[in-house]
Amino acid sequence: MATGTLDTTAREALASACQDVQDAGETDGVDGVRPGLVARPADTAQVAEVLKAAAAHGLTVVPRGRGTKLSWGLPPASADVLLDVSALDEVLDHAAGDLIVVTQAGARLADLQEVVARGGQRLAIDETVPGASVGGTLATNTSGPRRVATGTARDLLIGITVVRADGVIAKAGGRVVKNVAGYDLGKLLVGSAGTLAVITDATFRLHPLAAAHRWVSMPVPGVAEAHAAVQAVVHGQAVPSAVEVDWAEGRGAVSVLLEGREEGVAGRTATVRGLLGDASTESDDAPAGGAAYPWDLAATGDRRATALKLTFALSGLADVLAAATDSGAVLRGSAGVGVAYAALATGTPLEDVRTAVDRLRRVCTGHGGSLVVVDAPSAVKDGVDVWGPVPALDLMRRVKDQFDPDHRLSPARYVGGI
Amino acid sequence: MGQAGAAIEAVTRRARELLPADAVVTDRARLRTYECDGLAHYRVTPALVVLPRDAAQLAGVVRACAEQGVPYVARGAGTGLSGGALPHAEGVLVVTSQMRAITDVRRDDQRAVVEPGVINLDVTRAATPHGYYYAPDPSSQQICSIGGNVAENSGGAHCLKYGFTTNHVVGADFVTSAGETVALGGTAPDAPGYDLLGTVVGSEGTLGIVTSVTVRLVRLPEEVRTILVGFESTDQAGAATSAIIAAGIVPAAIEMMDALAIEAAEAAVQCNYPHGAGAVLVIELDGASVEVEQEYAEVERLCTENGAFEQRLATDPAERALIWKGRKSAFAAVGRISPDYIVQDGVIPRTALPQVLRAIADLSGTSGVRVANVFHAGDGNLHPLVLFDDAVEGAGDAAEKVSGAILDLCIEHGGSITGEHGVGMDKAKYMPRMYTDEDLDTMQLVRCAFDPQSISNPGKVFPTPRLCGEVPGRRKGAHPAQQAGLAEVF
Ligand SMILES: Cc1cc2nc3c(=O)[nH]c(=O)nc-3n(C[C@H](O)[C@H](O)[C@H](O)COP(=O)(O)OP(=O)(O)OC[C@H]3O[C@@H](n4cnc5c(N)ncnc54)[C@H](O)[C@@H]3O)c2cc1C
Ligand SMILES: Cc1cc2nc3c(=O)[nH]c(=O)nc-3n(C[C@H](O)[C@H](O)[C@H](O)COP(=O)(O)OP(=O)(O)OC[C@H]3O[C@@H](n4cnc5c(N)ncnc54)[C@H](O)[C@@H]3O)c2cc1C
Repeated sequence: MATGTLDTTAREALASACQDVQDAGETDGVDGVRPGLVARPADTAQVAEVLKAAAAHGLTVVPRGRGTKLSWGLPPASADVLLDVSALDEVLDHAAGDLIVVTQAGARLADLQEVVARGGQRLAIDETVPGASVGGTLATNTSGPRRVATGTARDLLIGITVVRADGVIAKAGGRVVKNVAGYDLGKLLVGSAGTLAVITDATFRLHPLAAAHRWVSMPVPGVAEAHAAVQAVVHGQAVPSAVEVDWAEGRGAVSVLLEGREEGVAGRTATVRGLLGDASTESDDAPAGGAAYPWDLAATGDRRATALKLTFALSGLADVLAAATDSGAVLRGSAGVGVAYAALATGTPLEDVRTAVDRLRRVCTGHGGSLVVVDAPSAVKDGVDVWGPVPALDLMRRVKDQFDPDHRLSPARYVGGI
Repeated sequence: MGQAGAAIEAVTRRARELLPADAVVTDRARLRTYECDGLAHYRVTPALVVLPRDAAQLAGVVRACAEQGVPYVARGAGTGLSGGALPHAEGVLVVTSQMRAITDVRRDDQRAVVEPGVINLDVTRAATPHGYYYAPDPSSQQICSIGGNVAENSGGAHCLKYGFTTNHVVGADFVTSAGETVALGGTAPDAPGYDLLGTVVGSEGTLGIVTSVTVRLVRLPEEVRTILVGFESTDQAGAATSAIIAAGIVPAAIEMMDALAIEAAEAAVQCNYPHGAGAVLVIELDGASVEVEQEYAEVERLCTENGAFEQRLATDPAERALIWKGRKSAFAAVGRISPDYIVQDGVIPRTALPQVLRAIADLSGTSGVRVANVFHAGDGNLHPLVLFDDAVEGAGDAAEKVSGAILDLCIEHGGSITGEHGVGMDKAKYMPRMYTDEDLDTMQLVRCAFDPQSISNPGKVFPTPRLCGEVPGRRKGAHPAQQAGLAEVF
């Protein structure tokens, strides 16, 4: 762990490293931890200078994108400097003919989508939290309903520039979709929650915007019906972009998104309705809730629900839904790939949260997946195993030790106390 | 016996305890059969070859190597084209050809679990009865192994739409350079923690060895249409490709061959490609029938608008196979028109295709070295085949020069020195042209985390690996270990 202090010389070093350095205010807290300073560098070079100054003075650093969900994960053990990348907000280059976009990490995902949409394209990552930045999206590997067709950030990222804890700027990958020269550092950074390096630029492959789309939804009265509906669709020939389940109190709905050309979508919509039967309905609008998590994102502190991410092999869906029902959890997610989000209501007693987390985790791991508590009131984060068992933790620690030997980047936020 | 000899002796003894007698090879003649992979002009005879039957045996050998500080190299089917599986003269070659079980095919989960020696196409064969297949399809898919695919992050003609190996591998058992076995990823996606699996895929055996691989299976499409289109020039074929992509169509594959490559394929497999074509495109559309039908009409129109003089739709599997035969046999086929050739593998942004092809033609014109072009046009992955006759003095060098200049062209246009064949032994020297010292040092951090002793396939991928524990970025003059006589000049 780092041992530096934010004394006058350290403050001066940071002030000369970066155009905009201020004392942290009320709203800059990271899950209850109040940072010392907030540094808002103007470009990659300044990010490097800030990290060099922090390294020289042994200061801890937590990167912030747009701060839409900075509370997720565990609170950092310390945050001398909150490194705010929101000034790096430019979408640098949309090469439509090559189906790629180069962007700075602080750009909002929504702004990037607007730029590429002008060329009839999109970055195939759903915005699950309004206002999220590209860097935060990468650091947390967020995904939404459309991952069934196009995968997640790891599948779309083709180049990355990062600044290491020691202030060295490094890049990996490039501007072409196909590239196997050297290690794929982008994959390592995706989902690293700000613990390995600070992302400053990213290059993505894009997809054409679909000309048409249609949602088919069907109410499912029980676990067996939900499971059967999802299996019918994923093994069918409809090529869905999303297969969602929405679940509370032992019943819910299964929704399927079809995207493509006009006639193609019409034909495939008919295919799905054939598979799901008379109870299904179709619409241009996403089902209520859409890509949003099944909890209140605006809630903070103890008013937060206990937010869970569950992953499981497709054949485990019925068991997962049954366990969610027994645990009193509401659940929503991508049943078509085996990734779902669930919430235990605000105010659920710690004992009950523990029981629910244990039960759901047992089912998920039994089906080749995992359960992570992504956000919760502090008492819950303290009282449950947030990350659960993580295989290969030793190797992960060694990676962390190489990239950030003093453990100054987002200390203790991540798996195994990384 | 030197120090290295004693260490190898110790590993050999341990291997004999762990493995059946015929799985430990020390006989000089048998060792020599493993001296090269698909890039045959690099040859090194390994000190020891082992052919473990299962993961436990394999891990045991690696543990012995770790204890003795002996380097080891994994080998799947040895079809690699960058010298990745080139043995180490004082090391062990760990061959996975005896680990060929398809452990599990789980239709309901859309997964298969296979051992690393399993041949790529066998995964699809096992999945097809369930209505599924394994999407990454390198042209070598009848002979290459899944372990090799994982190590190289192999692609194929269909990765334009479906992605590469890395997009289709969700879990693996992995033997670290210390000989420990760990699970990476899982059956489900998004395993918590760093994406070590994503890092291992494409690392060319330099981080460790995979002993079991869990792959995604993809639903067989309802309909497949393969179209062979003849153009007068590569410019026209390139323009048609761009028009298709710009129309928002993502075909399963768009492959291009130029006149010389067509001539070679014709001589080798009589694929009956359009007569007199300066370029052909092989375009494949797949998916739901209604969608494919619509896209087909549009592709046909766009090709005509861009000068296609002949379009042939394969209407049955036999016709489709014939179209693909011409393309998939292209590498071997140039053997018919040239005694020797270099298979190059570079990538450019697709929009730079016309300029780069013209520049390659210029290079060929000025040097007198013939170049046949075969490539994955959809994603800008070029496979120029540089032809020469090694019997002619200086011809090999001239070909090497053209081949290298093509890579420079790729880098100039913001591309890559390899799209799918890997860096291996062959292209390590080009890495500094694509990446800065800082970039390469950062990649070395990963190496040091996984393999601090640098015994897992050392000397590949990176031109000048630094020793782990050394402070990065302060390499001046001779390396300290080198000066102390501990290491050779890398
Ligand atoms: C630990 C964690 C796990 C999450 N898991 C999921 C999930 O599985 N699925 C999902 O849909 N959403 C998830 N989220 C929500 C996600 O954070 C938001 O949806 C959004 O993407 C964050 O964007 P932001 O710009 O507001 O980032 P912030 O809320 O500001 O930061 C989010 C995280 O990313 C880091 N970070 C931000 N920018 C950078 C950068 N440039 N370089 C390095 N690190 C950076 C921060 O340190 C922080 O750990 C998760 C959030 C956290 C913190
Ligand atoms: C005619 C021909 C056509 C080809 N077409 C294509 C193509 O279209 N696309 C493409 O991508 N490639 C192609 N290739 C290249 C080659 O087939 C691929 O790179 C393939 O993945 C190599 O597999 P292999 O089993 O032969 O591996 P090998 O050559 O044995 O080894 C390749 C690398 O993988 C490592 N390795 C092997 N097994 C393991 C393991 N279990 N764990 C860790 N590392 C391991 C080795 O150390 C080495 O670095 C072609 C090759 C030929 C000869």
